[in-house]
Amino acid sequence: MTAGHDDPLIEAIADDALLLRIGERIDPATNARVHALCGRIRARRPAWLLDLVPAYASVGVFFDPAQIGMEAVTAWLRAQLAASSSAAPAATSAPRTVEIPVVYGGEAGPDLDSAAAELGITAQELVQRHAAGEYVVAMIGFAPGFPYLLGLDPALALPRLATPRTSVPAGSVGIGGAQTGLYPRESPGGWRLLGRTPLALFDPAREPPALLAPGDRVRFLAVDAAP
Amino acid sequence: MTRLQVLSPGPLTTVQDRGRTGWRHLGVAHCGALDATAATLANRLVGNDADEAVLELTLQGPTLQFDRPLRLAICGAGVQARFESATGERCVIESGRPATLPAGVLRVGTLRNGARAWLAFAGGLDVPPVLGSRSTDLRGGFGGHEGRALRSGDALSLRTPRTLACTQAHSPRWWIDPDFDERGLPIRYVPSPQAGGALLDGRQWRAGNRSNRQGLRLEGATLANERPEEISAPVAPGTVQLPPDGQPIVLLADAQTVGGYPRLGHVVAADLPRLAQLRPGDSLRFQACDLQTATHLACAARARIARISLMIERKLIDQKLND
Repeated sequence: MTAGHDDPLIEAIADDALLLRIGERIDPATNARVHALCGRIRARRPAWLLDLVPAYASVGVFFDPAQIGMEAVTAWLRAQLAASSSAAPAATSAPRTVEIPVVYGGEAGPDLDSAAAELGITAQELVQRHAAGEYVVAMIGFAPGFPYLLGLDPALALPRLATPRTSVPAGSVGIGGAQTGLYPRESPGGWRLLGRTPLALFDPAREPPALLAPGDRVRFLAVDAAP
Repeated sequence: MTRLQVLSPGPLTTVQDRGRTGWRHLGVAHCGALDATAATLANRLVGNDADEAVLELTLQGPTLQFDRPLRLAICGAGVQARFESATGERCVIESGRPATLPAGVLRVGTLRNGARAWLAFAGGLDVPPVLGSRSTDLRGGFGGHEGRALRSGDALSLRTPRTLACTQAHSPRWWIDPDFDERGLPIRYVPSPQAGGALLDGRQWRAGNRSNRQGLRLEGATLANERPEEISAPVAPGTVQLPPDGQPIVLLADAQTVGGYPRLGHVVAADLPRLAQLRPGDSLRFQACDLQTATHLACAARARIARISLMIERKLIDQKLND
């Protein structure tokens, strides 16, 4: 019973939760392997599985300790890992593409002009290049429905605000460092705000509650503000 | 339907059950009572299922007014709640036993020997489940009572199982005392296989006053943080993180779903309820153990709660026969 101590790939993060490490970097190939493995695990629906959490380069597996021991979960996961790495990537189902309408600039995107100036391009070009990106939801975390997106054009990376705003409206779309993303709820935040979507990213009363799921592809669609 | 009127809420009183499962992949925290054992026993004492919604009280309990008779029980940190009936009868309500009360006002007051207690009502609190749980998600702003802590003026409904005829407060002559004297004993944890996990072992820490339901912040001699920040990865209640300031954080029930700080290990599930009782400034120390020990401790904790629940059930049956 030394799971987690002799295998750096799988370690305990709680008595009822294991962490599988797939890789050590944030890159699309590693993240695609994460989602392929999760697809395989979900398809098998083990009764003891309570939560399955894909992240950038790892997977969290929460189990019911009244049903199964950590050693048995570790062995089962190791088998899935082995089978998943040998399986053809095409075995996973086609990812969903979610279009997110965004009102860029103006009141919805107070940093658009200054961000474009800092990048040495026009505001129009920044909108066009941000909306042209092919993004993937690498994981959701930090807060309900908060997506971590891969795929920002590295040339659009921008440092965070020196002084974070005390309140960023829900639906705000921004760039923080080499990342882009959206704020599901009104919260403090230091990202450069380019625009805002009228869609609710998370609504616990909706089915499903989150607009985006891990593994989804995302496209931003520049729209005009409603009159 | 019986109504509970909140006359004063206490510093942080929330509706909690055993937590929310199955939504972590969407960033939804587990939440739930910080001591699921105490919440379960409070429920059992009033004849409820283990998962009924209860009130979690922090440092000081609320003052509640109710218009009809009800049955309640308090478990967790000790308290001597005071009750005054609508007709002016006064009595003290003790922890660890059910109390049947006529309409009146309950003043829970200050908690003793701990930071939190759980108050259960026969029939349970009538709040709608959100994503499969009645727990309050304070950061998400949903679940429980309007997704927030109780405030003065709030009114909660109870799903009272049957009409209680009660004109005078009464409690049975028995009570439970599940709080084995574990205060001062070390908190057991399983060190992470990565370097640094042994750092916690044997040191003295204080519970920081910025601790909350999301994390217990430890204060003490700064730990050298030699590992760089990592790629954000799943974390869980119990996970011990080491932020750049070298003061570890033990994640609790409201833990975020992913985190990027290096992990030192995890507190065993059986000892998490004891962390819920630490007040700011209380001291604690950790003792390393292995996964096998953690599993044994968890099994023993489950067996203990099953035994106490059975005993309560028998007592309640005996009591009904004598009613």
